Amino acid sequence: MTLLFQLLVNGLIVGALYGVVAMSFVLIYKASRIVNFAQGEFLLIGAWTCWWLLTSWQLPFWIGFPITLVFMLIFGVVLQVVVLRPMIGEPIISVIMVTIGLSIVFQAAMKWMFGVFAKPFPQIFASPTLDVFGLQVQTVYVVSLGISILIMAGFGWFFKYSRLGLAMRATAFDQQVAQSLGISVRQMFAMSWAISAMVSAVAGVTVGVVNGVSSALSFFGIKVFPAVILGGLDSIIGAVIGGLIVGVLENMAHYVDSQWLNWGNMYEIAPFYVLIAILMVKPYGLFGTKDIERV
Amino acid sequence: MANVSIIPSGDFKTSYGTDTTIFPTVTSRNFAILGVVLLLACPAFMDRYWLSLLIQIGYLGIAALGLNILVGFTGQISIGHSAFFGFGAFASAWLNNRWGVPVFLAIPLAGVLTTGVGLIFGMPAARLKGLYLAIATLAAQYILQDFFARADWFTGGTNGTIAEPLTIFGFAFDTDERYFYVVLVAMVVMYILGTNLMRTRDGRALVAVRDHYLSAEIMGINLTKYRTMSFGISAFYAGIGGALYAHYLQFVSVEGFTIVFSIQFLGMIIIGGLGSIMGTLMGTAFMVLLPELMQAASKLVSGTAIDTALNLKDNIAFLREMSVGLVIILFLVFEPDGLAHRWKQIKAYWKLYPFSH
Repeated sequence: MTLLFQLLVNGLIVGALYGVVAMSFVLIYKASRIVNFAQGEFLLIGAWTCWWLLTSWQLPFWIGFPITLVFMLIFGVVLQVVVLRPMIGEPIISVIMVTIGLSIVFQAAMKWMFGVFAKPFPQIFASPTLDVFGLQVQTVYVVSLGISILIMAGFGWFFKYSRLGLAMRATAFDQQVAQSLGISVRQMFAMSWAISAMVSAVAGVTVGVVNGVSSALSFFGIKVFPAVILGGLDSIIGAVIGGLIVGVLENMAHYVDSQWLNWGNMYEIAPFYVLIAILMVKPYGLFGTKDIERV
Repeated sequence: MANVSIIPSGDFKTSYGTDTTIFPTVTSRNFAILGVVLLLACPAFMDRYWLSLLIQIGYLGIAALGLNILVGFTGQISIGHSAFFGFGAFASAWLNNRWGVPVFLAIPLAGVLTTGVGLIFGMPAARLKGLYLAIATLAAQYILQDFFARADWFTGGTNGTIAEPLTIFGFAFDTDERYFYVVLVAMVVMYILGTNLMRTRDGRALVAVRDHYLSAEIMGINLTKYRTMSFGISAFYAGIGGALYAHYLQFVSVEGFTIVFSIQFLGMIIIGGLGSIMGTLMGTAFMVLLPELMQAASKLVSGTAIDTALNLKDNIAFLREMSVGLVIILFLVFEPDGLAHRWKQIKAYWKLYPFSH
């Protein structure tokens, strides 16, 4: 029973991280209608950058981390302007393939620069574990849950009250109308990529601190797909809920598997079965808007 | 107009028959036949290594053609093609090892089995399009990959499985020189089938679904049927390609059929040209020869400052991986219609040479 509870807590924490990544994925999709297959590589790049600053330059975390964020901001903008902007108006397959190509390039480049083995982050928190309701939980997990909730709340505020957030929502709703209201659609596209890259980097660093940094991080980018399909591609709240569900689901699948089935590997694969099942029943996800097409 | 040797400059087609011929002129047909004859002579003078590359182009080209029918002609996106390729490989080996089906029957049967699997995963495709479909096929990729690792009875689990060489009437095609002909025959047959498919009613329906699916539906084309069918055909081609691969290497391991391999397939058809049959072959050749090119390039700079700075010797694997992604991106940005389009432009240039304006 303790195991089950432990897994449930783990699931919620990992799920919250999935939710954050899914949210930044949906952000790009909503703003520019691009499905970003390189989302996982954003985590990877963010985590490696931070790791590099912390180990090679011996910077303290509170300096290295903001530098990482600034780097990711610039990185996101440059990526959008250089690679994705020429793709506007191209068919979906081209856009998807460009992001897939990017993900391959980044992944190989990261392996090239930092090697294939997982490298641990330097110690950041004084005590490695905390006592929460009688459960030993890693400090990083608690902090990461806090960070996730903070990011989600931040997103909520940003899109509801800030000028920029409202402009982005307007762009997502209708680009022409937004443009006629004096919003620069180009800037909004670039902004959405920048924010998405930054938020992903936060998630990447968090996971990196827990598990060490390795190319396995980019698998988060794949796990995002079940989450966003559960939530619907264009719903930010859906993405968060989808992320939580996927996080809990894979831990539950792992529990069921280890207790009774003994098939192995259910942790990785269960979300994909659920994904296929959902798509068969509800082709636009659970919270996604159904396309109505007029001829 | 039926039997001209070069295309006249005013090119007016007066019947559907002339518009849908496989070869527009006698010359182009003769060249195609000449090409096949030249290939037939290849084992006589080529060394092992180049033959093995040609064989690779052959079986990968068959599978890539399947993907092009799905992506290029029907406009459906699939990121799980290598899983079907792998399924074909295992299915053929399994049919032969477990049930004693002779290999030359097992290869087409493996294609049929793979079609079945393709249809199962194609079922959501009937209702999905674009992004949602891409993600569904991504799930198919991971589910099948997991299945390969799990199903000991089918794939031999982590040990992999042995595939007997192809034998007809006691004659074993177990060397590169011999197997080359098997792949060549299979490739010619599959490519002619593919070309002819696109000339039929069904093939035109697939193209109509791609170009404007609402109009297609209004014209009475059954969307569900053709989308699913296209998935099935693509899986069939992948299965045949995979089976040929299995009996060439005579061993199939579960690790090879990853998402990177799927992306390579997509790369082949994008480089070659979406919706172009000859382009598929060009793209496959490009993708297979790319590592060779890089090898040659790295040899060229070995010992120089670039070599030591990048530490090429140890990192060539990553460079290769990177080049796949980079080539895809560069082609999409600079030549979105692929090599086939470039080839057409070259032909058009020479058609009116030297008075091209």
